[in-house]
Amino acid sequence: MGKRVAIVGTGQTKASSGRKDVNGQEMINEAVMKALAEAELTRDDIDAVIIGNMDHFEGINYVDTWSVDGSGGFMKPIMKVTTGGTTGTTVAMAAYYHVASGLFDKVLAIGWEKNSESDTTGAIITAFEPIVDRPTFGGAVGGLAVMANRYMHDWGATQEDAARVAVRDRQHALNNPNAHLRIDINIDDVMKSPMISWPIKYLDMCPRTDAACAVIFASEDYAEKICPKPAWVLGTTNRHNFTFIGDPSFRTMITLEECAKALYPRIGITEPLKQFDVMELYLPSSFAGVQWIEALGLCKNGGGPELIASGATNMGGECPINPSGGVLSSNPIGATGLLRVAEGALQIMGRADKRQVPGAKTALSSGFGGCYWSDLMAFSAKKPN
Amino acid sequence: MEDVKKKELLSVYSGEAEQPFEWSAGKYVSRFLVEMRDNKRLVGCKCPKCKKVLVPPRRVCGECFVQMDEIVTLSGEGSLYSFTVLNFGFVDPDTGIQRPVPYTCANIALDGTDCTWAHYLEETDPAKIKIGMRLRPVWEENRRGHLLDIKHFVPVEGK
Repeated sequence: MGKRVAIVGTGQTKASSGRKDVNGQEMINEAVMKALAEAELTRDDIDAVIIGNMDHFEGINYVDTWSVDGSGGFMKPIMKVTTGGTTGTTVAMAAYYHVASGLFDKVLAIGWEKNSESDTTGAIITAFEPIVDRPTFGGAVGGLAVMANRYMHDWGATQEDAARVAVRDRQHALNNPNAHLRIDINIDDVMKSPMISWPIKYLDMCPRTDAACAVIFASEDYAEKICPKPAWVLGTTNRHNFTFIGDPSFRTMITLEECAKALYPRIGITEPLKQFDVMELYLPSSFAGVQWIEALGLCKNGGGPELIASGATNMGGECPINPSGGVLSSNPIGATGLLRVAEGALQIMGRADKRQVPGAKTALSSGFGGCYWSDLMAFSAKKPN
Repeated sequence: MEDVKKKELLSVYSGEAEQPFEWSAGKYVSRFLVEMRDNKRLVGCKCPKCKKVLVPPRRVCGECFVQMDEIVTLSGEGSLYSFTVLNFGFVDPDTGIQRPVPYTCANIALDGTDCTWAHYLEETDPAKIKIGMRLRPVWEENRRGHLLDIKHFVPVEGK
């Protein structure tokens, strides 16, 4: 095993529907400067940079090269990671691997997107097989809706069950000054919002957002010197499972289930609902918020609606999910996964301000991509053995 | 000396030009498209190890990581696995054409296969679409070896 690794600083821009006052690298720079300031480090302290977004949203390739002024990557080892919606979490995984390898001590991870610069659905479908998938594919919203519809059919879940997640995450976002959508809504508002892709309504779905996020990973030789309460990485893993969009079964979120099965035994998790104090999950629709927690083992398959309705995942509940407001409140796609990582780490570091889960010692962050692939990263206040 | 001040914020439009591509279908998907074009027939392929029949046909079964050589002819009929009716359009980046709304995306479990396959349904009223309903393809008169040689799927009469 390599070095133990912790997150020692994070920075994020205020998320919004459009940042016309900055171009990509200027927005990246805002997040980087905030992360460096929080960690009380300078650009010179950084040994390597990992950066990611999805090129097709802006139509500008190779962010690793053109962003070096803003990223701080000028004349440093830098590489780009792009894995679709999971980009931000995979950027975090790559930064973690860099530091864990012992080859780098302090690595800066950056995720960003300016979704305002193109049609999000039109861009997303360019990630799919062009001959037999793309001509009839309904994009990310359509894919999530097909999964949601099957879930309702299999388990008798209702649109109201999902609406509770839409309300939970938006209520949580009221505590997060960085969130894009800060809207005080109730179940009735969700149910009355326009149907965009049966059974997903407007308020069941994430927005499209401009924002950047930066996270600094440090080795055990530096972490406690930089940060009084570093967020130690307990473990991480990811899974992919399909070539064509008809291939995966929607019985559950299989890749997330496989991630959990691989990760939990390694880090001593047997009862995730009890053992994790907080979760920041990439839940792009309210229906995903009901179903995918089953794949994470928070309840049995089909038990999602009951667990959500119990309030266990609300602030003050047994395991609050998305104190930040989650993806339903901000979705700058290449940054979204890294925001889950940053927000999970902020909870451990005790720096989550109004959205802090008191005394949080363990956190789980997830990433979701494309249709139906998954990343997981777990954190602890205690240095791993 | 003058500071950078917020006077006007500009953005620059890329223009309408598109970048055309020429994608290789390969042997397996070519066979799939030719069968659709010439014989109004859907085919899949069978994995020699797990025996699953997958559609569209592809060279490798990802789960078993073995080569697949056996083409299986399907009836074309199947059952509806799940669906969504989309009410928002977007410009298809391949064709430049706005998707007409509403339209129905369906995952169909074709008879004799072990996966689903995604295509359109003609019906766009969710109340009239039932998961599990029997479906058949409606073929275009002039077929060109394209996914849309099937116009959409409709219910099998009387089922």
